[in-house]
Amino acid sequence: MSKNPTKIYKGPGPKEANILLTSASAVMNWSQRSSLWPLTFGLACCAIEMISAAAARYDMARFGWEVFRASPRQADLMIVAGTVTNKMAPVVKKLYDQMAEPKWVIAMGSCATCGGVFQTYSVVPGVHNILPVDVYIPGCPPRPEALIHGIMTLQMKIDGQVNFAATPRKIEPGYHGPSREETV
Amino acid sequence: MTVNWNRQNFTGDDPEKHPAILALRRDLASAVLEVESCRGEIWVVISPAEAIAVLTLLRDDPALGFDFLSDLTAVHWPQRQGAEFDIVYQLYSISHKTRFRVKVRLAEGQSVPTASGVWKTADWLEREVYDMFGIRFEGHPDPRRILNPDDFEGYPLRKEFPLQGRVRW
Repeated sequence: MSKNPTKIYKGPGPKEANILLTSASAVMNWSQRSSLWPLTFGLACCAIEMISAAAARYDMARFGWEVFRASPRQADLMIVAGTVTNKMAPVVKKLYDQMAEPKWVIAMGSCATCGGVFQTYSVVPGVHNILPVDVYIPGCPPRPEALIHGIMTLQMKIDGQVNFAATPRKIEPGYHGPSREETV
Repeated sequence: MTVNWNRQNFTGDDPEKHPAILALRRDLASAVLEVESCRGEIWVVISPAEAIAVLTLLRDDPALGFDFLSDLTAVHWPQRQGAEFDIVYQLYSISHKTRFRVKVRLAEGQSVPTASGVWKTADWLEREVYDMFGIRFEGHPDPRRILNPDDFEGYPLRKEFPLQGRVRW
């Protein structure tokens, strides 16, 4: 029988008794936004700016986005950097489909946003026609600072996600978790 | 035939002095429809039926030796009734370091024999011409589209093809 029953924790000192209170949603958002792994691919000159953003001068690694993955299975961020032609569109769509959830898409530059100067028969007029885009970055091409700002905007968007709905949901056959529209 | 390839010998006022024109006049006079020149450049318009004979002669004549097809393309002239298309063969002679141009005029729907037996590189170039202009090449080993998707409708480098408004997605 302790002399002081209200003191429950018995450690070497009070400094080890740290407790952090948060919500599960906030922890998930924090872990997801803090290590975005982009998919390694570039389609046009925007990719050069993306490479520059990843290289020594702008150094995206400072923010935790440096692990450009060569496999869509390991990536969760698709940076569409460049012109998507009609013939390339099925390939980009297949890469997106191969990425595991959760996943996000950034349309980098004028071409990925709206087709850019290529208002013609061979170019997809904006990558939103084939993918759900989270952040658009204007510019032709955008500077590395703009790309960094775009990914930071995406991080703010991820922070706003609600991961666990308060109301229970009836699980139907074929249901594979909440859709992008419900979570964002 | 010994040819003096000094430029002024065949890029002057008289295109008939060009060695390729001389050889064609000598061996395949019936194939030559027109000889034209502009700003020192000389080209010949030949009949589609004898195109392969002309191109083979230009390649094999040792005095000419146009052994490299540097480009094969087409031009659409919609106002030119009965001869809406030009097929343009850009030839280069590596041994003589000189260029020559051959044109074939075609009507809508008319085809020309393939040059892929003369120069291998004509295979893909003719596929591109078919892709962009819809011109068929008789005897082509692989007559498919090359740049556009296989299910693409229309021929985008024809003048009547709209610049905008064909949104697929």
